[in-house]
Amino acid sequence: MQDGPLDHLIKMLSGLPGLGNRSARRVALHLLSKRGQLMIPLADLLKQTAEDIKACGTCGNLDNVEPCRVCQSAKRDRSQICVVAQVSDLWAIERTASFKGMYHVLGGVLSALDGVGPSDLNLDTLVSRSQDNAISEVILALSATVDGQSTAHYINDHIARDGLTITHLAHGVPVGGELDYLDDGTITTALRSRK
Amino acid sequence: MESWKDQGIVLSARPHGENGAIVSLLTEEQGRHAGYVRGAQGTKLRGSLEVGNIVDASWQSRTSDSLGSFSLELSRGTAALFMQDPIKLSALQSACALCDEALPEREKHAGLYHGLCALFETLESDIWGAAYVMWEIAFLKELGFSLDLTQCAGGGDNGALTYVSPKTGRAVSAEQGEPYKEKLLNLPPFLKPESGEINEQGVLDGLRMTGYFLEHWVFTHHSRGVPPARLLFEERFAKTVESSHLSSDLEVNKEHAAG
Repeated sequence: MQDGPLDHLIKMLSGLPGLGNRSARRVALHLLSKRGQLMIPLADLLKQTAEDIKACGTCGNLDNVEPCRVCQSAKRDRSQICVVAQVSDLWAIERTASFKGMYHVLGGVLSALDGVGPSDLNLDTLVSRSQDNAISEVILALSATVDGQSTAHYINDHIARDGLTITHLAHGVPVGGELDYLDDGTITTALRSRK
Repeated sequence: MESWKDQGIVLSARPHGENGAIVSLLTEEQGRHAGYVRGAQGTKLRGSLEVGNIVDASWQSRTSDSLGSFSLELSRGTAALFMQDPIKLSALQSACALCDEALPEREKHAGLYHGLCALFETLESDIWGAAYVMWEIAFLKELGFSLDLTQCAGGGDNGALTYVSPKTGRAVSAEQGEPYKEKLLNLPPFLKPESGEINEQGVLDGLRMTGYFLEHWVFTHHSRGVPPARLLFEERFAKTVESSHLSSDLEVNKEHAAG
C-alpha cells in the first residue's frame, strides 16, 4: 500500500485545514466505506465546484454566475459598499442579515511581513467603484488588527472624495462580554469610541 | 534545558503551521529574540501578538542555539492605542520593522529597548514626530552609524548649522554648505545644538535625513532594502505635511479675499 492512491488521498486530505495525518486517515477510510453514497458524489461535486465557481469581476465574491448574485440582486442598496478582506467575512456579515448593501472582497489585507502589497489585492476595482457618484458610503469592515487597520487607512487615503462617507466598524466590548475579562487594548478602544 | 524570563516588544509574528507562529521580540536583556508560540493563531493569543504590544515572555529550549518556544502574556496593548490614527500606527509599524530587519539576533541592546518603550509613550504627545526622528538617530548610533550634528564639518559657524552631509553624517553650516546645498540633506531646527522649534516640515526633513542614512548605511547590503513600513510612514507623513500646507494656503487666500 506504499505510495498507492490511498496514500496520496490521505496525504492530500492531511493538508486541509484542521486535519492532521490521523484525521486524514479516518476521513479516507470513512469515504471508502461509503463509496456510492459519499465518495463519488463528493468527487463529482468537487470537480464541478472547481470548474464553475469564479470570483465575481465586480466585487470579488465567489459564485457560479457573473456578476455574482449579490451584485445582481435588485433588492440591495447600491449606494453602500461594505469592504471585507475575505469571502468568509462576507458570509459572516450575510449571516447577520443586518446589511443590505453591496460588497467588495479585497482578497486579504496589506502585510509587509508576508509581502502582500496593494497590487496583490482587489483594490483597483474598489477605487473605480467608489468614484461612482451613486455610491454614498463605503464601510471598511476589516479586522481590528494592525494589518487590517493599516489596510483600512490605506483605502481611506485612496478613495476619499467629496460626497463619499467612509465609515469603519466599531471596536469595543463584544455582546455578552464582561469588562473584567477583556484585555486592556479592547477596553481602551471601547472607552475612546464611547458615545 | 535553557530558559529565561524577560519583558519584550512584539516586532513580528509569522504564522507557522496551522495554529502556531514564529514571534520575534525585542527584549531588554536578550535583544532581538525569536521563538515558536503554540496556539498563536487562536483567539486567546492572537490579540496579544500585534506588532508593538509589550509582553511578558518566558523562553525555553533544549539547547541554547535552537529556536525554542515562548510562553507569552500581554503586559501592555500598545497597538490598540494607535489603531485609529493612520500616521501613528505607521510610525509604530515602522519602528518595529526597523528593529526586526536591522538588529542582529540575540545581541543585547537595552538602550534601544528602553528607547522604543519611551517612543511608544511619547506617541501620545504632541512632539511624537520629533521623538521618532531622535529615536531613529539613536537607532543608527546603536548600529554603529553615529551622526554628528553638534559642529560644522567644514569648520564653519556652529551657530548656523543648516545641512547634513550625506557622505559623513556630519552637520554643515549654511555658509559652508551653500555651494553644495542641492546635494546636502536639510538639518531640522529641533536637531540643532540650540534646539529650535518642532514643526511638521522639520520632522519631515528629519525623516528624510534618517531615511537616507538607513537606506545607504544600514540597509545597503540587505537584499530587501529599507522595510516597506518605513517607506510608507515617510510617504504618509509627507502627504500630511502637504495637505496641512494646502489648508494653511487656503486660509491665507480666504483672509486676503476677506481683507
